[in-house]
Amino acid sequence: MDKETKEVLIDPMLIKNPITIQVLGICSALAVTTQLEPALVMTGALTAVLVCSNTIISLLRNKIPGSIRIITQLAIIASLVIVADQILQAYAFDVARSLSVFVGLIITNCIVMGRAEAFAMANPPGKAALDGLSNGLGYGLILITVAFFRELLGSGKLLGHVVLERTADGGWYTPNGLMVLAPGAFFLIGAFIWIQRTFTPELNEEA
Amino acid sequence: MQMLRKLLDSLEPTFKDGKLKMLYPFFEAADTFLYTPGERTESGPHVRDGIDLKRAMVTVVMALMPCLLFGLWNTGYQSMLAVDPTLTPGSASFLEAMKIGVMAFLPIYIVTLAVGGTLEAVFAVVRKHEINEGFLVTSMLFPLILPPTIPLWQVGLGIAFGVVVGKEIFGGTGMNILNPALVGRLFLYIAYPAAITGDAVWIDTTAGAWADGFSGATPLADFYVHGKTAITQMDAFLGFIPGSIGETSTLACLLGAAYLIFAKIGSWRVMLSCWLGLIATTLLCNALSPDDAHYLSVGPWWHLIAGGFAFGSIFMATDPVSASQTNTGRWIYGFLIGALTVVVRVLNPAYPEGIMLAIIFMNVFAPTIDHYVTKANIKRREARLGVQ
Repeated sequence: MDKETKEVLIDPMLIKNPITIQVLGICSALAVTTQLEPALVMTGALTAVLVCSNTIISLLRNKIPGSIRIITQLAIIASLVIVADQILQAYAFDVARSLSVFVGLIITNCIVMGRAEAFAMANPPGKAALDGLSNGLGYGLILITVAFFRELLGSGKLLGHVVLERTADGGWYTPNGLMVLAPGAFFLIGAFIWIQRTFTPELNEEA
Repeated sequence: MQMLRKLLDSLEPTFKDGKLKMLYPFFEAADTFLYTPGERTESGPHVRDGIDLKRAMVTVVMALMPCLLFGLWNTGYQSMLAVDPTLTPGSASFLEAMKIGVMAFLPIYIVTLAVGGTLEAVFAVVRKHEINEGFLVTSMLFPLILPPTIPLWQVGLGIAFGVVVGKEIFGGTGMNILNPALVGRLFLYIAYPAAITGDAVWIDTTAGAWADGFSGATPLADFYVHGKTAITQMDAFLGFIPGSIGETSTLACLLGAAYLIFAKIGSWRVMLSCWLGLIATTLLCNALSPDDAHYLSVGPWWHLIAGGFAFGSIFMATDPVSASQTNTGRWIYGFLIGALTVVVRVLNPAYPEGIMLAIIFMNVFAPTIDHYVTKANIKRREARLGVQ
């Protein structure tokens, strides 16, 4: 693997992470992370859409007229999202229902549009697909970590299995109500950004 | 005393550039706590007031003493009252009440100091700044605004959140946009509402053989549910009511306020405008009230003496860092705190008490208020000088 491919593959997971560095896709990061399962499914759906949309847009990049490129990209992304939504409703109905509008809202997810505009329009399909994959996984990395802590601390469970037994059920753990609310995700993401910047000082802006 | 000074002086090189450089914040804290720093101004003007951060913070702690002492007694008294409902403040044993109160308060205070102090020290060492006296006030305020029945692990978690998220991530004392003690309490309020929102037991009943538990509603919770309360206004003013440890007595808070204003540490503008805002909004609510049994009809007097309003408006809203800095700004800031308190208390369906949320909310807006006050001043002066 040459250096450039490596950069495309690794950077979006760490120093160019869509959530903690580019601060994109925050809306769904708050909404679908109260439990681990929806977060996993959401990661899968977004990564699939991102890989496909990046590939298709990259294939068409020389045919798309500059003046209507946004609407063309949107049409492609919207079709892919509808396919993803239909598949989820067919094979994972419960999760699809708990994700509610957020699958549909992948259309407006800034990561998808952002990558199409910033990367796929200027790079060949193979690289664009790789970029989509790594950005989706970078998004998923944060989503899954946040969901892990929120489900564990907020309800004492992981993937629906009881890990910390709650006081209400005779155990010892008092659930943290803040973690179930959207601000809990804000604090967690903030903490991740803090940790990341502490360990990679080159990310810090000049004071 | 000379010996101590000499000892400190002889140790200074070891901490300043020597082997123990890492631990300099600890040395600095001990030195400045024991002695007035000997530093002089290096450039003019050479007049320097004796007031520094340490003295300002200690003054606030002194002003909190009436609330603390009364709170200790009242915690014990409420606990004894739960066992024997025929007791009156006069007939209850003073020493017994103080003993129960101290036993309830001390563990909370020790946990606050241990957890908060450790975090403070860790940040001071890592960030290489001095350990600050600001924590003295935070660590005194925080236990006083907690109910005596709070589990100790929640105390530790709350103060940790307050110190780290409320203060240190913004850069430490003087840089925080919110009041750290309130941030800690707000965290507990949202995360573990059962122990702190006041609808459960708020009276320490460990004193008596109390098998079934005792539910003592605070006056605000009473108003909230029934539109009236059995507690007399005099009891509420003097503080013989259940509540958080330090906030029940409006009288004790007023003593603290008098001292803060006399010492010119607390802003009287903020305090007065808080109270004006509360009274004005309550009168408006009263005018809109459909009938006498409704929460809307509760008079301004009750809102002043019940709940944590007096404590919050005197000790928390006046926090010199997170409040507005301009005098006009202080009037606006305080008035809105008072108004919002009533709005949250009366019109909000979820929370019986609103002063904490109101102060935090206005803390966020304080810099904005200052910005526009300053801008308006610049405009006025430009108009006067005919620049524009």
